[in-house]
Amino acid sequence: MTTQVRTEPITVNLGPQHPSTHGVFRMRVTFDGEEIIDVEPIFGYLHRGSEKLAEERTYVQVVTLTDRMDYVGSMLNNQAYMLAVEKLAGVEPAPRGVWLRMIASELQRIASHLVAVGFLIQDLGAWGTPLIYTMREREKILDLFEMLCGARITNSYLRPGGVFMDAPEEFWPAMNELLDELPPRIDDLDDLLTDNDIIFSRTKGVSILTPEQMIDASITGPMLRAAGVDWDLRHRDPYDYYDQVSFDRPLHTAGDNFARYWVRVQEMRESIKIIRQCEKLIEPGPVRPEHDDVPWLLRPPIGDAYAAIEHSKGELGFYLVSDGSISPYRCHVRAPSLINLTLLRDMLVGELLADMFVSFGSVDINMGEVDR
Amino acid sequence: MIGLGLLKAMRVTLRNALKTPFTIQYPDRKVGISGAAKNEGKSPVGLIATQPVTAAKAAMSMYSVPVNIPQNRRFRGNEFTWYEDRCTGCASCAKYCPLGIIEIVTSPGGFDVQEGESYAIDVFDIDIGRCMFCGLCVEACPYDALHMGSQFERSKYERDALVIPVDELRQALRQPSSWFRPQFEERDYDPFRDGANDEHHSVGRHEKPDQETLDKRWVEER
Ligand code: SF4
Ligand code: SF4
Repeated sequence: MTTQVRTEPITVNLGPQHPSTHGVFRMRVTFDGEEIIDVEPIFGYLHRGSEKLAEERTYVQVVTLTDRMDYVGSMLNNQAYMLAVEKLAGVEPAPRGVWLRMIASELQRIASHLVAVGFLIQDLGAWGTPLIYTMREREKILDLFEMLCGARITNSYLRPGGVFMDAPEEFWPAMNELLDELPPRIDDLDDLLTDNDIIFSRTKGVSILTPEQMIDASITGPMLRAAGVDWDLRHRDPYDYYDQVSFDRPLHTAGDNFARYWVRVQEMRESIKIIRQCEKLIEPGPVRPEHDDVPWLLRPPIGDAYAAIEHSKGELGFYLVSDGSISPYRCHVRAPSLINLTLLRDMLVGELLADMFVSFGSVDINMGEVDR
Repeated sequence: MIGLGLLKAMRVTLRNALKTPFTIQYPDRKVGISGAAKNEGKSPVGLIATQPVTAAKAAMSMYSVPVNIPQNRRFRGNEFTWYEDRCTGCASCAKYCPLGIIEIVTSPGGFDVQEGESYAIDVFDIDIGRCMFCGLCVEACPYDALHMGSQFERSKYERDALVIPVDELRQALRQPSSWFRPQFEERDYDPFRDGANDEHHSVGRHEKPDQETLDKRWVEER
């Protein structure tokens, strides 16, 4: 005899300090039994007013603020901001500086994807160990950053027109060693997770987003590529010297949690390829323009500029308006984390309680960037 | 095939389980008798004979030695290194700090026949409780007087104790980091290997001119 269990919707408040929320995030979730029937994301708890603070800092000082937006991808943030400043001020960057910042940002992309993959597994319930597998490699990348610029997370390495200082000689052997070490580690990750039946059954077919939905919500990055849309700014609208390097763009068609994870793992391999090419193409020379061309107190002409890069999370853009003074009149950030989060309700409604944080984690958001 | 993926995953786990841990114990590490003996500068037998209490402690893993974390020379640590003899009190560092946490007060310090008017630094306080170690102040210093330090262990119980006053800066151990100081890297100076560098002439972008050049510049040309 089967009995129909009558369930009632129950609304649960999660956060703003829930450990699985990847930051200070709050969700008001309504469940019917195990099933999610409504989600209301509430954010803003980490708002530090970076855009406003930028209005009273000089163009170079704002670099330190960009570090703190997405703190697992600070090099990429630096790069996007510098591209905007260069466009605004008409600065011709120094070639060696550009190669160096490409290397740095690709290393950062690997580190950022490692974090995303590690925390996805953590959200699936595998506490600790798989996360440490990915953190181990990330630590080595952060060591390289310490060599480059003396800091691991808040780098402030880039300057208008290049980087602040050339890479020290010990950087190149250390980087090559890491690049040799990384592919087997990524294979390990693949062995550990990609063919794993448990991962399959937990992530396949969960939180599917269609390309149309995502394009309407202007979602970018690995999320979009996981649904088969070939949109990568490094390829579509090459900035820096990305038109001189060749790389594949891994695409998956499913658009579910597994596809998002898979695209990230494959992109790490492509980043290694790009770094290897950069290393071949880099030539000795100055790493930033002369002080007379790009003074410390940069005064760009009146106007505005928007520059975007392919961040590890999506399209990161900086929109700067100059009134001819030493600090931006307005600085707006197109933060991929925030925009990728907009479809959270569509992703979660109809899914189960246990998959909630997996889906949330698979967006790979960073609250520092969402709230800025 | 169902299950094959799991076996593959198990293989990776096993392979990693057999490796030595990659974590570093900090701030100190427990060592056994041999490690303790090495730290005390004795042979294990000598340690047991002369310091039985220490040896017993070590045998019960209660003896620890400090660990030096490998660091890179550009490391931006929180003990600033400042050479008063190089500092002119121009306050460029204070102006370039995005947070405005450097306080400088100067007063006319008299007249130097060779250098002209000089300023005495009365206050040079860095409130590192709010500092983010971006290093922009170091980048701005035109006379290479201010450097990032290489130490980082400066935890305090009170916020106010985090301000580095000028007297402390004067007496601090000077281990400048090579962040934005290419001259250190050209000379292959590594604060972690070479230790303190108290000689203010050697930290600038230029070599110290010899006496002959100085005489020529200051005596003959005037
Ligand atoms: S390191 Fe940065 S925040 Fe700290 S005193 Fe220097 S400029 Fe200011
Ligand atoms: S430390 Fe450098 S920038 Fe600061 S007052 Fe002294 S000389 Fe000027």
